[in-house]
Amino acid sequence: MIDANLITVMYVELYVELLLFLILFPLIPALILTVLRNENLRGVVVTAGAGICALGSILLLAFSVGQNQLFFTVPAPGIALVMLILEILIAGYLVMVSVKAKQFLVTGFVLLQLLLIGGAEYLGLEGHATVPDLLTDEFSAIMAVIIGVIGGLICIYALGYMREYQEHHKDLPDNRPRFFAILFLFLSAMFGVVFSNNLIWMYFFWEITTLCSYLLIRYPETGEAVNNAFRALLYNLIGGACFPIAILFILMNGGSEQLGIGSLIAAGPAIALVPASLIAIAGCAKSAQLPFSSWLVGAMVAPTPVSALLHSSTMVKAGVYAIARFAPVFDGQVLGMVIALIGGVTFLVTSCIAISQSNAKKVLAYSTIANLGLIVACAGVGTPEALWAAIFLIIFHAISKSLLFLSVGTVEHRIGSRDIEDMTGLAAPMPKVGLMMLIGIAGMFLAPFGMLISKWASIHAFSQALPPFGMILIVILAYGSAVTVFFWAKWMGKLLEVRKWEESIEFQISKAEWAALIPLTALTIIACFGIAPISTYLIEPFLVTTYGPISELIPASNLMIMVLMLALIVVLPVLMMKILIPRRSLRRYMGGVTVKDGLMEGSIGMKREISLSNLYLEDLFPEAGLSKYGSLITIVLFCVLVAGLIGGVL
Amino acid sequence: MNTILTAVAFLILAPVIGILVTGVDRIITARMQGRVGPPVLQPLLDIAKLFEKEKVGVWQAPAVLIFLHLAFMVVTGLIFFGGGDLLLAIFALTLSEVFLVLAAFSTRSPYAHVGAGRELIQLIAVEPVIILTAVGFYMVTGSFAASDIMSFSGLPVILLPGIFISMVCILTFKLRKSPFDLSTSHHAHQELVKGVMTEFSGSTLGMVELAHLYETVILLGIIYLFFVGNPVLGVLAVVVVYLLEMLADNSTSRVKWLPALRGAWLITLILGGGNIIALSLL
Amino acid sequence: MAYLSKSPWILHYDASSCNGCDIEILACLTPRYDVERFGIINTGNPKHADILVITGGVNEQNRSVIQNLYDQMPNPKVVVGVGICACTGGVFRECYNVAGGVGEILPVDVWVPGCAARPEQIIDGIVKALGILEQKRADMSRAEAGA
Repeated sequence: MIDANLITVMYVELYVELLLFLILFPLIPALILTVLRNENLRGVVVTAGAGICALGSILLLAFSVGQNQLFFTVPAPGIALVMLILEILIAGYLVMVSVKAKQFLVTGFVLLQLLLIGGAEYLGLEGHATVPDLLTDEFSAIMAVIIGVIGGLICIYALGYMREYQEHHKDLPDNRPRFFAILFLFLSAMFGVVFSNNLIWMYFFWEITTLCSYLLIRYPETGEAVNNAFRALLYNLIGGACFPIAILFILMNGGSEQLGIGSLIAAGPAIALVPASLIAIAGCAKSAQLPFSSWLVGAMVAPTPVSALLHSSTMVKAGVYAIARFAPVFDGQVLGMVIALIGGVTFLVTSCIAISQSNAKKVLAYSTIANLGLIVACAGVGTPEALWAAIFLIIFHAISKSLLFLSVGTVEHRIGSRDIEDMTGLAAPMPKVGLMMLIGIAGMFLAPFGMLISKWASIHAFSQALPPFGMILIVILAYGSAVTVFFWAKWMGKLLEVRKWEESIEFQISKAEWAALIPLTALTIIACFGIAPISTYLIEPFLVTTYGPISELIPASNLMIMVLMLALIVVLPVLMMKILIPRRSLRRYMGGVTVKDGLMEGSIGMKREISLSNLYLEDLFPEAGLSKYGSLITIVLFCVLVAGLIGGVL
Repeated sequence: MNTILTAVAFLILAPVIGILVTGVDRIITARMQGRVGPPVLQPLLDIAKLFEKEKVGVWQAPAVLIFLHLAFMVVTGLIFFGGGDLLLAIFALTLSEVFLVLAAFSTRSPYAHVGAGRELIQLIAVEPVIILTAVGFYMVTGSFAASDIMSFSGLPVILLPGIFISMVCILTFKLRKSPFDLSTSHHAHQELVKGVMTEFSGSTLGMVELAHLYETVILLGIIYLFFVGNPVLGVLAVVVVYLLEMLADNSTSRVKWLPALRGAWLITLILGGGNIIALSLL
Repeated sequence: MAYLSKSPWILHYDASSCNGCDIEILACLTPRYDVERFGIINTGNPKHADILVITGGVNEQNRSVIQNLYDQMPNPKVVVGVGICACTGGVFRECYNVAGGVGEILPVDVWVPGCAARPEQIIDGIVKALGILEQKRADMSRAEAGA
């Protein structure tokens, strides 16, 4: 008896040590890397650091299976003060840089946030001890694995990518030590966000991620990069200001016991809805929902590892993670539906805009915003099925999108362009990366890959949501989903439009890049096969903890069909490639006037090259017009939300 | 055991039904034009002939992708007629479509390229409606599973008139009939030669035709589901709808893709979307 | 089995013909003669076609084109030259730019003379071509089985 208790206590102690380790450990490589100029040593430190983060997060995941939600208080009394001092220091730094750059709006919001959090901390200083600081459950563990494993792989990728980046951009300053240090600082902050229970802690880590995003976007130090960095900073600060307002609300209404996520959700919608909605606004800003989307699109000027790590798989996931955490509060609430509609409208509008983009990173950016919108929609609906869909969307989007960003980065360095039109027939000169890109794209929208399964689950979830909002969301999803097929399929087609077999240029790709690309590709496929176990052992227990007993989410027969389809997609092409070989190779039909492949004979015997470009439908889906109308609609929705919040307060 | 029987039945019967439907289509079309028309089994003869031809192609990828197109069309039908989740069947159908588009792109031929682009535009017009149809059936019968919908005793069309009309509209896209035969057509000599199909020949083309037969049966099955409570009425509805499609095919010329897309979205959003939202409020 | 002869798809090409024979060929598709009864479809695409129906005497610009079209047709295939121009060049035989009939460039299987050839004769020619087509298919499958 006693032994079992002892083991449980030791287990729990190990647990909290693991959490603290994951949060604090990345700071060590961060500090070392700031002073390291030697590339080889840097490679060792980064690889070791990334590897340890990854292993730690996987260990945490293993621990969390079968464990319920656990809350921990960190036995260090001075932490609140340390956090406050750090926040003041960060605010001071940001004031300095924003004044120097004449970005006075930024200065204003920094000071506003400082004022608000100062007030909140002052009010809540006594109650700090009663709220557990950290929590862990299956959801946090999944997020941790995304941060540790995918984040770690991206850091390793960055070793190879950034070396070439500096070679290509000899005019830009080589700040790689700082770059990699900030990457690890960011990982630390992200771990902090997903393990935080105390809202003041979450806010602290949240704003550190904002800081890291700002610093990394401005890495190229060009005028455009600096401007976009400040825009990102501004929008995230606007959203982030909602955090201290939420904290203030809780302190003035419920008392400091509800300052923790667990207790806040348990207190019920009557108390939790207002702060949860405020945090949802913060989440929408961080996840670049309309009308905040322009910061993410502008952030694409940063080096590709930054786009992959922060702006698709991790930091923006922090925003939707926060909203998803409060999904039980939004369940059945009209305000939750308003948030869901913001996500839904964003999904539809940004998917449409993505059609008219030919810059690969911009397509990926808009697609990221769209998928985040879908996750927000699921989280806003708040039912168990919707949250199930949201978590799976988070997982699969993180894997596929980071794979796509990394492949685009690799391709960009080889062919010197990030325009999709220049990737015509890429399957020939870059067969391996081309295949990975195809798998990544397929993973984003094709059955039976994960993203589609999640979309399918979200349709099921929406159909049972509060009428008529659930149906409005389904209509939005139906049209938006069709639009996503368009721009992904035409990209895939472009890669396959092989004109002639060229020699592979893939030998130039560094080991670091392969080390990230290959595991991510494998993960895309393996994770799809793993939907059933992930659901049974991780997500469903989490949902039961959060909601109580739930009905069966996906019938086993459907899961079997999905696995079968996946097996077919993997096996059939390989099989058929050996069987369906043409006996004779024919020329393309061009009215009979093909001379040599790709060339046609025009009038006066002139030989002309054929150039085929994709449809961009700029008149139908203009970026500027759609952004404007989308922003208008979402601003109205935000106003409705705020009005509802004020009404709820009064 | 039951599912295996249904699966085998679908595999064998669907092409037969498809051949008969397409054959009768050609005869009636011929009669409308004052001709006699081919024998009823002509589609079978066409496909059989195609498999007798030399196995040639532009390069290897199109044939593999078309095989996947056919394979997943069959999977769609198996899921649908086997009583599985309607949404899953729809997504398998989309998967099959995408393989067709990729096959056309991979030939890097100008006509196929433009045809593939048009096929994707058709997809934007068609896909939302099929998803809304599945959701509509869910709202009426309480389940997404085709087996539950098939055992429903009422007439879903009464509660889903807007969705039904939208479905008939997009059926024109799917069956490749005027005025919406944008990406390829059964008629001779189109503006894009054969559009999506231009570079496929022999057994590859045969597979495409076979997949089209399966697709026709699946789509007509969805139309039948609107009248599932009354089988006689259901078959009658399928016949009437198909005759309407043929009438439209023979009396209209092709619309440009932009008005087609805009028109489809407008009509299906108002009728189909409106139907669903109104139903949720009842 | 004899599927090829039950479903012969034609590719019709005008190799600098005066269009007289072309009009007669297209007339075969009209209700009066209705060759779709035999499963004949006029595809505009060599990759889908079994029978290449050519009119005209073939000038310099056409040479590579009809060679191209012929190459892009999958086997088994037959060529039917319709009209006296396709057979021998007709009245244009001595012109400097006329090759003198399709036979100069492609292996023609059936000749349908006439100026313009009548639809009945054209249909007769195509029916003859079907027999040759079947023969070629049989040879092809025997060669494949043997190889």
